[in-house]
Amino acid sequence: MSDLTKTPAGRTTPMVKAEAVHKSFGAVEVLKGITLEVNQGEVFVLVGPSGSGKSTFLRCINHLEKINAGRLSVDGDLVGYRQKGDRLYELKDREVALKRRDIGMVFQHFNLFPHMTALENIIEAPVQVKGESRSAAKERGMALLERVGLAEKAGNYPSQLSGGQQQRVAIARALAMQPKLMLFDEPTSALDPELVGEVLDVMRGLAEEGMTMIVVTHEMGFAREVGDALVFMDGGVVVESGSPREVLGNPQHERTRAFLSKVL
Amino acid sequence: MNSLDQGAVNPGRPEAIKAVPVRHPGRWAGAVVVAVLAAMLLHALITNAQFHWDVVGKYLFDSSILHGLGVTLELTALSMLIGVAGGTLLAIMRLSTNPVLSGTAWFYIWVFRGTPILVQLLFWNFLGALWTKLSIGIPFGPSFWSEPTNQVIPLFMAALLGLGLNEAAYMAEIVRGGIQSVSPGQTEAAHALGMSQSSTMRRIVLPQAMRVIIPPTGNETISMLKTTSLVSAISLEELLRAGQNIYSRTFETIPLLVTVSIWYLLLTSILTVVQYYIERHYARGANRILPPTPLQRLAGLFRGRPKPAAGPDVVPGLEGGGHQ
Repeated sequence: MSDLTKTPAGRTTPMVKAEAVHKSFGAVEVLKGITLEVNQGEVFVLVGPSGSGKSTFLRCINHLEKINAGRLSVDGDLVGYRQKGDRLYELKDREVALKRRDIGMVFQHFNLFPHMTALENIIEAPVQVKGESRSAAKERGMALLERVGLAEKAGNYPSQLSGGQQQRVAIARALAMQPKLMLFDEPTSALDPELVGEVLDVMRGLAEEGMTMIVVTHEMGFAREVGDALVFMDGGVVVESGSPREVLGNPQHERTRAFLSKVL
Repeated sequence: MNSLDQGAVNPGRPEAIKAVPVRHPGRWAGAVVVAVLAAMLLHALITNAQFHWDVVGKYLFDSSILHGLGVTLELTALSMLIGVAGGTLLAIMRLSTNPVLSGTAWFYIWVFRGTPILVQLLFWNFLGALWTKLSIGIPFGPSFWSEPTNQVIPLFMAALLGLGLNEAAYMAEIVRGGIQSVSPGQTEAAHALGMSQSSTMRRIVLPQAMRVIIPPTGNETISMLKTTSLVSAISLEELLRAGQNIYSRTFETIPLLVTVSIWYLLLTSILTVVQYYIERHYARGANRILPPTPLQRLAGLFRGRPKPAAGPDVVPGLEGGGHQ
């Protein structure tokens, strides 16, 4: 990676930077000050019990949720706001959409468009959002399907695919926008145990190619093997962070230990 | 069961069961009663001279009846067009976060669903009594263009407005139900890909909502075809009025009502078939295998047992269409 932007200090800009991010749904505070940095090309794993705020934090990164306090930026730009002087201006829907082009997201329940075939799912955004020609998008779409091992399923509707195949199509769909950051929200939690491997294989391949990835998962084996950094969250705060090997192998906090003893 | 088990079981496979089927005497009795009633009705239709079937035949293709038929079709098509377009707009307004827009849509639906359509038709017809002139200009300021109301809104237009605007209120609720039936995950996925609000609605949400919207819209169209007969009350010469005009001269009331009914029946039957095919189109992706077309069903009947040609994967609720 040679074209990374450099800050004046000479360090690369972190892909995601969160400073004391707070998020409430009504009276319930789900994120209580999350501070972390995700570097370019890094596979960043978020683990924690359900309700700990991992998914919410992930959804804040592409502005599916609006944060209430703190600062959150992607590749140096604030998420959802523009700063002029010390004033924040909310971005228009169109500007938010423009930012989202560069951030791919993969959902727990795939959320493929059921009225479109696998290939149509993939070319939809490149054609509609980027104005790519249908033929060029189809060509790239087929290459992406090839890459996730589903070229022969191009003409199938999601209802005709297994969960693992659907999730691989969903990954290809996100990649079709050529994102610089990929968010994975429990991508294997809705899958039969047998089908988890095929999805993790695709993700492993992506990581090897240097894609920056933030992965919310309960797959500790994947975290340990592929992850560059890991954060354990509970109750809306970061309890412990470090390299996956350190945190998973030698957890410092009682809460982390208790959680890992149940998951591992 | 694995192959080992099967191998063990197969040699001693018991004979297929042959049993005396349960008899259904009640079914036979019911069928006989219905058959007798049907025969009585048919007999009455044929023998009661008051039906004047020759007169029915004479007027079935009468030019004024056919003209009325044309007007009925035109009214149905155009008012459904207004209804669907207006209803979609109202539904989107109703779901908007802007309280003025959603409030306006709510008020519109309240008024147009809350008053009889006949009253609304009469209102549009007598609009000239309410405002003698219609003008376009700056609100509360000068006007650039002005015409007498009755000239701007001729009879056909009054009928169209009455039917179309009323329909929009009903369609709004149908479209809203359809939009809300689409999982929010679909909108999120589209937004996450960078799609705008409007293209998310147009490309992702509405096509999926269609599956829920189409069947009741078909019903609305069929119902509209018949509702257009109310327009005869404001003297627009559609199908019913054309018949009425004839029997007011010839006093052949019943034959002409039969003539008109035959046309209504024929048209609703055609619409039912059209609706079936549209539903089938929008079932793409929802059913693993599309339900058979009526023709395929017929072919299946002749091939032997009338077993469902679509196999076990068809979602029964989506199969419908022929139930009008």
